Amino acid sequence: MSYQANFRVWRGDSSGGGLEPYQVEVNEGEVVLDIVHRLQATQAPDLAVRWNCKAGKCGSCSAEVNGRPRLLCMTRMSTLPPDEPVTITPMRTFPVLRDLVTDVSFNYTKAREVPSFVPPQGLKPGEYRMAQEDVNRSQEFRKCIECFLCQNTCHVVRDHEENKPAFSGPRFLMRVAELDMHPLDAAAEEGLDRKRSAQEEHGLGMCNITKCCTEVCPEHIKITDNALIPLKERAVDRKYDPLVWLGSVIKRRK
Amino acid sequence: MTTETRPPQHPGEPQTPADPSGPAPGRGVHSPGRAAIAARHLRTDRWWLSQAVTAFGLLAFVGYSTWRAFFGLHTAYAAPYVSPFYSPCLAANCPAMKSGADWALFGSWWQLSPALIVLIFPLGFRLTCYYYRKAYYRAFWSSPPACAVAEPHASYSGETRFPLVLQNIHRYFFYFAIVVAGILTYDAVLAWRNPAGQWGHAGIGTLVLLANIVLIWAYTLSCHSCRHIVGGRLRHFSKHPVRYRMWNLVGKLNARHMQLAWASLISVGVADLYVYLLASGAFTDPRLF
Repeated sequence: MSYQANFRVWRGDSSGGGLEPYQVEVNEGEVVLDIVHRLQATQAPDLAVRWNCKAGKCGSCSAEVNGRPRLLCMTRMSTLPPDEPVTITPMRTFPVLRDLVTDVSFNYTKAREVPSFVPPQGLKPGEYRMAQEDVNRSQEFRKCIECFLCQNTCHVVRDHEENKPAFSGPRFLMRVAELDMHPLDAAAEEGLDRKRSAQEEHGLGMCNITKCCTEVCPEHIKITDNALIPLKERAVDRKYDPLVWLGSVIKRRK
Repeated sequence: MTTETRPPQHPGEPQTPADPSGPAPGRGVHSPGRAAIAARHLRTDRWWLSQAVTAFGLLAFVGYSTWRAFFGLHTAYAAPYVSPFYSPCLAANCPAMKSGADWALFGSWWQLSPALIVLIFPLGFRLTCYYYRKAYYRAFWSSPPACAVAEPHASYSGETRFPLVLQNIHRYFFYFAIVVAGILTYDAVLAWRNPAGQWGHAGIGTLVLLANIVLIWAYTLSCHSCRHIVGGRLRHFSKHPVRYRMWNLVGKLNARHMQLAWASLISVGVADLYVYLLASGAFTDPRLF
């Protein structure tokens, strides 16, 4: 079944812009990215949109559909009300380049600030052996396709531009958690305390665990429950827990 | 047709270099360089509904429990049942409970309701709980009101400063919550008696207290701190198979933490209401055997 749907697409660049109305044909089974492509082909050949795989695996077509951060290629038209205009805008946390394309370099900057995996002493690449149950947690986080929808929806930076220098965002706090849970990461032996850096350098305390990152993740990673809260708990171990403190005192005496 | 052509104006703020003659730059989603969209959000669904329902539910419980905590002493016990708000009862002005947890540790100088001594622990546990934090940050503080809906605050420091840095003491409250749940379990065991104190009897109240304690344990054990303590803090699950199994079990409960938080909140209220109705003579407890 085909029908004509009304769309409002944000057109412009960093100097200004606005929502422009279009009427586009929609066919059964299509996703919003199909409509954007039809729009480019028939009415707006200069419409800028970033896309690649059309399969929800490259993380390129992140945008906002009816105000909700979504992958354009994974948002079925059948999930949207057919009698209401569909609003498509770029992600509103990052500087816009043109139309639906944003400058996501904030994320690459933050990625570089996370110290990478520290290889264990005495093991060469190829000699690493890990039990599956030890890497399950980290493997969940490795599903991340870096669409940056979690970064986009996180109110800490979305609503407070001034927090960007101090806060790495859910994606990169999840990266810290992944490494801190990694069975072979030797950061601690090299004097790198990932729990301390999560708190003091990546702004873990700014997260108020309102779970928007989890809600928007197209890979359904439980970012808050499995990465951010465990990381907060590890910080509590280090700084606030009375029993852990007592245990460490007793261990030191032995 | 273009509905707007410039970033939204915010009088009194400095102007952007990109648009020196134009409007002043804004904050958040209206920051310079971001897509110029005047609306603070473009969501078309009923995003406010869950915020409103959460606020209503929490306020209803706070209102009810405040009334019961301050004025419920004389209807806190209806043999063999004790209200979970008044157990353990640690002041001398508690009603006599047959073999119950009425330990007058605070003596007779405490003249206020004894519920206030104990409720601070479950209250603190729930107040610092990761689920409730999300719930009340959204419902009462609009931080954020909903995902991708701009919050109204000019600045934000999260849980890095006093008083919200105190959320980190959730772990302490978890330890106390285990003790409180243990005492409520004792109360639920005592409920397998008749009003005369003979064992091997049960009434509807027994089932109410039983359901309540099952939900309280499920909520307490599904806590994120519990999940971390039993195994989450380990890096090598393979070296600790028992703790790994416990972590998996707690993880399954933890996935239902929100539902358990609400279910146990409601069950505590219902258990207290049941005891109140019995103690005030509204009806007598239907006995099962």
